[in-house]
Amino acid sequence: MNKATSMNLKINGNIKSFDDTSMTIEGLVIQLNLLGKRIAIEKNGMIISKSEFQNITLQEGDQLEIVGAVGGG
Amino acid sequence: MTQKKDSLVIADKSYQSRLLVGTGKYKNFEETRLAIDASGAEIITVAIRRTNIGQNEGEPSLLDFVPPNRFTYLPNTAGCYSADDAVRTLRLARELLDGHKLVKLEVLGDPKTLYPNVIETLKAAEVLIKEGFDVMVYTSDDPIVAKELENIGCCAIMPLASLIGSGMGILNPWNLQIIIEHAKVPVLVDAGVGTASDAAIAMELGCEGVLMNTAIASANDPIMMASAMKKAIEAGREAYLAGRMAKKLYSASPSSPTQGMIS
Repeated sequence: MNKATSMNLKINGNIKSFDDTSMTIEGLVIQLNLLGKRIAIEKNGMIISKSEFQNITLQEGDQLEIVGAVGGG
Repeated sequence: MTQKKDSLVIADKSYQSRLLVGTGKYKNFEETRLAIDASGAEIITVAIRRTNIGQNEGEPSLLDFVPPNRFTYLPNTAGCYSADDAVRTLRLARELLDGHKLVKLEVLGDPKTLYPNVIETLKAAEVLIKEGFDVMVYTSDDPIVAKELENIGCCAIMPLASLIGSGMGILNPWNLQIIIEHAKVPVLVDAGVGTASDAAIAMELGCEGVLMNTAIASANDPIMMASAMKKAIEAGREAYLAGRMAKKLYSASPSSPTQGMIS
């Protein structure tokens, strides 16, 4: 079986393709320029705590929600 | 005048300001911050939304202008129409804000009026309180629902004065009065305040505080309106504590002495 050369993730409703097929959540956060930003991440409906970002490897088809605080009433 | 410290206590924490403000609808972050400063608010609401992916690294965010270590953030569930969505949003908020427990729950029932769906609100409140959240809850001005939300364990009940963003003021002071009289937790008016007198009336009724956003952000001069609201809240609170005179149609008791008139 050929190793996949790219990985598709659904992030905030949009499908994005990544070359790194063994990327962790931390790796994704770095790629998206979100390192150090105050965010929270849900993967396939489960909240992932920040301390787990480096331990969880993403897989083809994973659905992620990345949220932050914005102005609101 | 009594000098006793008059603080707003929510979930065992004291606040000097009884005005809570939202952070939406401002022209920019700077105006947001200036308005908050003028309002004197210590508790500010924020919404939880998808992060803009692909943003510039240095792009400013609300948090830069309104730092969470200076203000008490009150993440809300604005825009949620089901208990599940509201609970999901606040779980994310807790993760986002490092375990922060104080939240504002609102579950809407109708996109046109933004009227709250109290059935879904009750369901969400139950789950959130079991999970350890301190829930300040937005609701209709129905006294029975308000009591039920208190019984479930909400730490503050926040009935509407009128519809969100309407600026219509306090439409049913009688219901608010019933809610206030029966509540053992703070009652705050949330939504519908249009101008300073509305805020003062809410406080004169005995509300413990008022939460507003549009009344300030949509004023021609938001920063001046924020200052006006601060004063109205303080004036209304003092008037409530002072205890107003009885209303009567007329009185045969003039303010000046009747003795010593020149003749």
